[in-house]
Amino acid sequence: MNTREVVIVGGGPAGLAAAAELKALGVDDILIIEREKNLGGILRQCIHDGFGLTRFGETLSGPEYSQRFIDQVKEMGIEAITNATVIDISPDKVVTADTTEGLLKIQAKAIVLTMGCRERTRGALAIPGTRPSGIYNAGVAQSYMNLFNKMVGKNIVIMGSGDIGLIMARRLTLEGAHVSAVIEILPYPSGLPRNIEQCLHDYDIPLYLGYSVIDIQGEPRIERVIAAKVGENGKLVEGSEIEFPCDTLILSVGLIPENELSLSAGVVLDDRTKGAVVDENYQTSVPGIFAAGNVLHVHDLVDFVSLEAEDLAKGVFQYLRDGKLEENEIPVCAGENIGHVIPQKISGKKDIQMSLRVRKPVGRCKVVVKQAGRELKTVSMPKAIPAEMIQFRVKAEAFVSSEPVEVMINE
Amino acid sequence: MNRRTFSCIICPNGCEIQVAHENGQIIEITGNKCPKGVDYVRQELTDPRRTIASSVRIAGAELPLCSVRLTKPVPKKDLFAVMEEINKVDLTAPAHIGDVVIKNVCGLDSDVIVTKEMERIS
Repeated sequence: MNTREVVIVGGGPAGLAAAAELKALGVDDILIIEREKNLGGILRQCIHDGFGLTRFGETLSGPEYSQRFIDQVKEMGIEAITNATVIDISPDKVVTADTTEGLLKIQAKAIVLTMGCRERTRGALAIPGTRPSGIYNAGVAQSYMNLFNKMVGKNIVIMGSGDIGLIMARRLTLEGAHVSAVIEILPYPSGLPRNIEQCLHDYDIPLYLGYSVIDIQGEPRIERVIAAKVGENGKLVEGSEIEFPCDTLILSVGLIPENELSLSAGVVLDDRTKGAVVDENYQTSVPGIFAAGNVLHVHDLVDFVSLEAEDLAKGVFQYLRDGKLEENEIPVCAGENIGHVIPQKISGKKDIQMSLRVRKPVGRCKVVVKQAGRELKTVSMPKAIPAEMIQFRVKAEAFVSSEPVEVMINE
Repeated sequence: MNRRTFSCIICPNGCEIQVAHENGQIIEITGNKCPKGVDYVRQELTDPRRTIASSVRIAGAELPLCSVRLTKPVPKKDLFAVMEEINKVDLTAPAHIGDVVIKNVCGLDSDVIVTKEMERIS
C-alpha cells in the first residue's frame, strides 16, 4: 500500500492553506485529494468580492482568493490529485479514494479533514405544499448562474436570510430578475449586516423577518409561496398570510459540515456544530486525524478558514515530529447564550484561539471566559449576533487549574 | 439635522454607525471602529458607490463563463448601465486574472477585469 505523511481530504481554501503551511514547516510528503476537476473548492462560484480583507489586506473575488493559494501550493511542489473522491477513511488512517486511474488506497500517518460543508435542503425543513420544479438551494442556483450560464428564473422569492441567499438576491437582480421577498423565520437576519445592506437595501428588496413559509403552490412549476407571521408563542398569526407570486424559490436555510467520512473514521462529532470535537491542536477524537474550516464549524468568512487551517498545520507538524500529541483534558463548555465554542478541549498549557457564536442577538455585552469561578478573560462587544463568529486568543498563563472552562455572554 | 444609522460595508466588522448629518456634512458620528467608517458615511451621504462582480461569456474554456469585477466602485445609479456593458462582452480562452476586458467602463474611471484563470481546452 502507498504511504504518506499527510493526506489532505479536500482542496478548498482550508485544505490548500493547511498544505502550504505544512510544507513551510518542513513536511514534504503531502497529498491533497480533491473531488472536483480543479483545486479551489466552492470559491470558484463565489464571484462576488469581499474576500481577503483580513488575510491579504485587499478585497478580492472568490476565484482570485483561491488562486493565490493554488499558485502557492503549485510553487511549493505540493502534490494534488483531482477528480478523485475519497470514499472511506478508516480509524487506522487508511484513505480510500475513487480516482480516474482506479481505486487508490493510502496509509497516512496524519489525515487533515477539509471537506467543507453542504446546504440544508427543503427536505430538512418539512415545508408543506406541492413538489414543483423551480426550487433551488442558493448555492446550486449560484453554480448554475456563475459557472454554467443558466438563469434559474425571473420572479424570485428567497427563503432564509443566509449570506448565500443575500448574495444571490443581488446577483439575480443584476442579471435582470425580480426578487420580491426574502423571508426569514427568525426575528433577525442570519446573514451579515453588510450583506443585508449591499445586497438587499441597495436594490430595495424587502426582508420579511419573523415570517414562515407555510405553503408552496404550483404544478409542474412553482407559482406562488405563502408566508405568515410567526407570533411570540411560536404560532402563526391569523390573517397575516402574504402571497408571493413567483416562478422560482431559492432556499438559503443554513449550512451543515460535511462529515460522512469523519464518521467512518470514528471521529466524534459535536451536536451543536455538526463538526468534529477538536482540541486546541484541531485534533479530533481519533489521534492523527485533524479538522479545520467549514467541515469543523461553518465560518462567515474564508479568511478565517485559511487562518484556522494554518493553525491546524502547526498541530499536525508537532504530531508527526513527536509521534503523538499530549491529550487535552480540560473541557471548554458553551454557557449562557453561547451556541458553541471551538476548541472543545484544551490542555491549559498553550495559547488558544477560541471561536464561538451567540445563540441570539444581544447589544452591548461581554464575552467572559471562566474557570474555577474566576474570570480568565473578558472581551467587550458593542453587539453580538449569531451571524458573526466571535474569535479571540486566550493566553496560556490565563488558565489557573484543570477544571472545566466555561464561556458565556454577560449583558 | 437628520439622524441615520449605517451598516458599514467596507470590511467584515460591519460596524453599525450612528450619524447626525446636514446637507451632506457629518455633524456627529459614533459606532465606527476605524476611520474608514467616516469615509464610507461621507461617501454614502454625497455620492454612494459600489463595486460589482459578474461574469462574461467565454469560448474555448472548460466553462462557458468567466468571472469579472470592477477595479473601483462606481456610482450606485450607474450599476445597471455597467451591467449592460459587461453583458456585451465575449471572450476567447485563455483568460487570466487581471486581464482588462473593458477599460474605463461607461467613462466611470473603473475597469472590468477577469478574476479567474481560464485555460484554453479546445
